[in-house]
Amino acid sequence: MTDTRPTLAVWKFASCDGCQLSLLDCEDELLVITGAIRIAHFTEMSRAHVEGPYDVSLVEGSITTEADAERVREVRRSSRRLITIGACATAGGIQALRNFAEDGAYASTVYPHPEFVSSLDTSTPISGHVAVDLELQGCPIDRRQLLEVIAAELVGRRPVIPGYTVCQQCKGRGTVCLLVSKGTACLGPVTRAGCGALCPSIGRGCYGCFGPSEGANPEALAGRLLSEGMAPVDTSRLFATFYVGNPVFGNQATALAASSETGLNEQEEEST
Amino acid sequence: MTHGSGAHRTVAVEGLSRVEGEGSLRVEVRDGVVQDVALSIFEPPRFFEALLEGRLASEAPDITARICGICPVAYQMSACAAVEDACGITVDERITALRRLLYCGEWIQSHALHIYLLHAPDFLGCADAVELAERDRAAVERGLALKRTGNLIMETIGGRAIHPVNVRVGGFYRAPTVAEVGALVEPLRRALDAAVATVAWVGGFDFPDVEGDYRFVALRSPGRYPIESDRVASSDGLDTSPAGFADMVIEEHVARSTALHARIGGRLDYLTGPLARYALNSSELPDPARQAAEGAGLGTICTNPFQSIIVRAVELVFACHEALRLIAAYEPPDPPAAFVQPRAGVGTGATEAPRGLLFHRYELDDNGLIRTARIVPPTSQNQITIESDLRRVAQAALELPDDELTWRCEQAVRNHDPCISCAAHFLDVTVARQ
Repeated sequence: MTDTRPTLAVWKFASCDGCQLSLLDCEDELLVITGAIRIAHFTEMSRAHVEGPYDVSLVEGSITTEADAERVREVRRSSRRLITIGACATAGGIQALRNFAEDGAYASTVYPHPEFVSSLDTSTPISGHVAVDLELQGCPIDRRQLLEVIAAELVGRRPVIPGYTVCQQCKGRGTVCLLVSKGTACLGPVTRAGCGALCPSIGRGCYGCFGPSEGANPEALAGRLLSEGMAPVDTSRLFATFYVGNPVFGNQATALAASSETGLNEQEEEST
Repeated sequence: MTHGSGAHRTVAVEGLSRVEGEGSLRVEVRDGVVQDVALSIFEPPRFFEALLEGRLASEAPDITARICGICPVAYQMSACAAVEDACGITVDERITALRRLLYCGEWIQSHALHIYLLHAPDFLGCADAVELAERDRAAVERGLALKRTGNLIMETIGGRAIHPVNVRVGGFYRAPTVAEVGALVEPLRRALDAAVATVAWVGGFDFPDVEGDYRFVALRSPGRYPIESDRVASSDGLDTSPAGFADMVIEEHVARSTALHARIGGRLDYLTGPLARYALNSSELPDPARQAAEGAGLGTICTNPFQSIIVRAVELVFACHEALRLIAAYEPPDPPAAFVQPRAGVGTGATEAPRGLLFHRYELDDNGLIRTARIVPPTSQNQITIESDLRRVAQAALELPDDELTWRCEQAVRNHDPCISCAAHFLDVTVARQ
């Protein structure tokens, strides 16, 4: 009997493996999934490899080398649908901090012989290189959202993934607002929901690991944080983590860092 | 694939599977003798040491967690230990105990993943766990249930299984309640039984007759099997602090193949991980783990790398038992975190990631900003030994047909559960994909 199951391929670029691990973390559903879908290429899980084309490709990781830029084009050519999973694949990941550093500075910090290293000076999302059909956010992605995406793909519908904020999820959980009640720095008002508003529920401000929500206004939030007495440089750092490669957060981080330097210069001028 | 005939034979695996991250291996055979072996890494570097410069020390646990999605707790714990060392902080015993419980969750999750999904299929001739489930669904379901219990601990203590959110320098954001922690008891009791069954299951596999000549390095803490400790020991008599060990380990960056090879004093290669922990600490195992080991025919030291799967299973028993012990004694730390006043200084922290010793060293300025960072993951320390194993295993298996020899060589690498994503932040990417 021919295998009529749709095929799934999982690909990895510069990343931590955590988002593809989310698939293996579906412990209760894994054997159900593999009953409905044929896993055709997934090196973390199997030494078997089925040649493409594939019905769906899940892509983890960012593009940081010329070779990977070429490889992702091959992946695109062999995939009917290409879905990127996680902060690295959708925004460049924490390694996109290199985009803001001087060219070559990072390689020479880590390597005694930077000339041995052939790495690009940027870490860029998959969408900067090929057409992407769907982006699933998170550092890491949420396992339940991944299941929703796979289930939706199987029947050809759009997955139900919220674009609203962590802030709204907090309200839904009944968590008292940390920013309002304690002045805790929190990115919840500008961060995409999906984690279940985990951090505020344990008394920690959201650190933005699902990236900007739809229509996020980080400038307004930054103003509020500064008015709470947070230093521009610290506010900048808050925006410059796992989604620094997304311009909504990255530009805000850059603007705050610039205002921080200006502020310092003014202080120095005053003192002289 | 394997190619060449007669005097020349080359084993080359382009994309190593069932390991975390992207690597390849190559073995050259000439006139019946293995000439050259190379475990190559083509995972692109992510420059963590560089991007940590100028960041707040308090950010180190969350940033370094992103080095590895399989063992984020190991990164968080080594980072916390290093920063606390630099700031001269010793945390409350209750915080240490809660950290250890969280870490047990990671060991259970990672070891169950490796044993059932990555390693066991090799011994049973299956391409993966899906094929294995077609033959023995109960076994795979047992493994997945174990893995789920590990993740449940990480979710309960850490907030989520991958990149937990509840860890901070000094301790935790929130201490879970006694009731929340108590809810883990029932799943853990079942997991303990499943872990004992796992030891019996893997103990019955056929193992190639290969013995390694290893210099073992692991943490040691008298009275308990090590997860976190302030002493590093070796099978040839080393006994030092994490800082002392960090000073001894010299990493070399070479253009050929994979780079930054870690050696003690720049010349002695060594092995960390389950075989090393077991060899140096098996006397500290609790009774159920020791009995399971004896039942599987394991002595107090195991030097057959293929049998690392048994040692991992014994450590699963230990981790389930240890988690239950910690839960029985659990008192929520109050406050959940020690106050850590940043100060200029240097700190080193070492903990036992599921796949081996992981140490971090940070130099901080008086504002608590990181001036320099050094992170040495287990796979970089094990890399030379893995290549030695590859040579030994290939030499002993030359009579096998090409496809079986290739598979055996892949297994020689998987024996050590290498985490290439971890290693890659320092690895050379000029290596061409074979």
